[in-house]
Amino acid sequence: MALPKYTEPHYRIWHYVYLTICAAVFFFLIAPLFVIFPLSFNAEEFLVFSDGMKRLDPDAFSLRWYKDMIYGTKNPWGLATKNSFIIAIFATIGSVILGTVAALGLSSRHMPYKGLIMAVLISPMIVPLIISGVAIFFFMAKAGLAATHLGIILAHIILGTPFVVITVTATLSGFDHSVTRAAASLGSNPVNTFMKITLPLILPGVISGGLFAFVTSFDEVVVVLFLAGLENTTIPIQMWTGLREQLSPTILAVATCLIILSTLILVTAELLRRRSERLRGINR
Amino acid sequence: MSSEIKQILTTDGIPLEVSLRKAERRNKIKAFLLVAPLLLFIIITYVFPIGDMLMRSVDDKMVTEMLPKTFKAMEKWDGKELPDEEVFAAFHSDFIKLVDEKREGKLSTQLNYTKNGFKSIIKKLRRKSKSFEEGNYKEQIMAVHKRWANVEYWQAIKRRAPAYTGQKYLKGIDMFKNENGEIVSVPEDRRIHRVLWLRTLEIAFFVTVFCFLMAYPIAHLLATLPMKYSNLLMICVLLPFWTSLLVRTASWMILLQQQGLVNDFFVGIGLVADDNRPEMMFNKTGSYVAMTQILLPFMVLPLYSVMKTISPSLMRAGKSLGGTPFVAFWKVYFPLTIPGIGAGCLLVFILAIGYYITPALVGGASGTLISNQIAFHMKSTLDWSFASAMGLMLLTGVLAIYWVYNKLVGIDNIKLG
Repeated sequence: MALPKYTEPHYRIWHYVYLTICAAVFFFLIAPLFVIFPLSFNAEEFLVFSDGMKRLDPDAFSLRWYKDMIYGTKNPWGLATKNSFIIAIFATIGSVILGTVAALGLSSRHMPYKGLIMAVLISPMIVPLIISGVAIFFFMAKAGLAATHLGIILAHIILGTPFVVITVTATLSGFDHSVTRAAASLGSNPVNTFMKITLPLILPGVISGGLFAFVTSFDEVVVVLFLAGLENTTIPIQMWTGLREQLSPTILAVATCLIILSTLILVTAELLRRRSERLRGINR
Repeated sequence: MSSEIKQILTTDGIPLEVSLRKAERRNKIKAFLLVAPLLLFIIITYVFPIGDMLMRSVDDKMVTEMLPKTFKAMEKWDGKELPDEEVFAAFHSDFIKLVDEKREGKLSTQLNYTKNGFKSIIKKLRRKSKSFEEGNYKEQIMAVHKRWANVEYWQAIKRRAPAYTGQKYLKGIDMFKNENGEIVSVPEDRRIHRVLWLRTLEIAFFVTVFCFLMAYPIAHLLATLPMKYSNLLMICVLLPFWTSLLVRTASWMILLQQQGLVNDFFVGIGLVADDNRPEMMFNKTGSYVAMTQILLPFMVLPLYSVMKTISPSLMRAGKSLGGTPFVAFWKVYFPLTIPGIGAGCLLVFILAIGYYITPALVGGASGTLISNQIAFHMKSTLDWSFASAMGLMLLTGVLAIYWVYNKLVGIDNIKLG
């Protein structure tokens, strides 16, 4: 973004103002996340930077909140973590299978009422979560699935499939259908063709849709708040209760772990996106 | 001419046209069968329940369930004179049951919505009803308070009888049907819902505006920088995007508290006195700041993906034709970004209008939105039909926004990610 030499002074000034604005916005976006790291190592119970921390005194830092998170008495994080992972993994598997199969049908040019069906399928993404929460709760209560893992998993499949449908249909839009016809003409049955030809080619889209579904489930709190009983508590529910009642540094320790997890997911998603673009021949 | 052309036949001797149509139909069915599992799943677990919400919102079971015998007896009553003994006896037996279950307080709250003045006479009735003798309940109930002998109060109970009513919707906009069947507003000091609707719209609108103002420059920077720099900066947008909503809300709770870093900074630069730190959380400011930061990526991403497709030579052409950079930007670049602006604003506005978690944590009493009220009625008052009614009003609003957007910009113009 270097300016040409002939730029007039007031445009030069404007350019630096513009860069400063951008820097401020980037700071606003990313800085709040970094408050959490140091405070989660606070030796004291308060959620402010102690004088010791400001002096970088090593005694002011400790791992005590991480210990509390893992070994603390009566602490809910173990159960919550287990539940969160079980629910998110099954919800992801369900969303990916249902969503990918549906996307295959939707991408066919023979599909009738495509617009209407697509609107219904992605509606859980568009409708405000609180409304989805109320509706899903009514269904699960009637079906006797409230306060069960299965109920929450089904709810998260509802919320996760739109992402899979969208990413996979996007991948399929650049898909060359002659390769499946070639496979068919060589005697492969449709299932075999899908597993050997189509799936490997659309895999990046499927995985990134799956990542979206996983994060949606893992981070979802509105619907779970309606559905979960004591046994089905998840990490977001524990965070929510913790933040409402007393903001303890243990929550910050958990938050730090979650930020690390989201960084890993971000890296995976980015790598997949690039790979997918390379495969689809989009070069920039 | 056409009749002379021989029909083209396939090898099986079927006309090609028929054979093609058959194949087409088979393909249609095949495609539909692939979509069917998900479609059925969504319809059963999601679309029907939303319909169920509609049923619940107009189906006022609260009072009818509490006074089943009374309403049965009232069917014969014409509603003009005081009802006869049968109704009073039925009401008495319903009421005793409610008192046993300690639910008479709920009844009085519900009836008070219909007509003011029920609270005190129900309390009185509860006290006196313990010493009631069997038989002639009409006399005994009327003796408790003169209002029980007033036909208007019995009419008020009867008004709650119809199974289907729009009164929950009226309540959602602080109106009700009075004794004469006219629709009027509740007294000014009790209009809580209108305030909430307006506040929801206001916060959603300003959050959208703030997001747009902040996202436009950085999306432009990201789209024009060379790849190796922009990829790095993109992380600043994507990391918050992938990070848990609760984590981000927690970080704002730490930053905005009275002893927090933002206040420390203001004190440090001498903007505010140390002993006079402003309250930045548990009010509207908290909702604004946190929601803007959390929703910002949803504005940046669509803007970025549109700006990425705009060739830089267009700006150069504009400038070479004599426009100043500002004119070139305004006349050439800006109009081309409108699909991205539309998509981003729509997305942020709709997300903001239904926001629940962040306002509940940092919004306090003056920063909560309509969603918080819905959750409150779902979990605390258990008035599910009212929660459903408000949810559907919100949903109608959201769908209306989509419709308007579709008319103005066209939904196909949306570009995501």
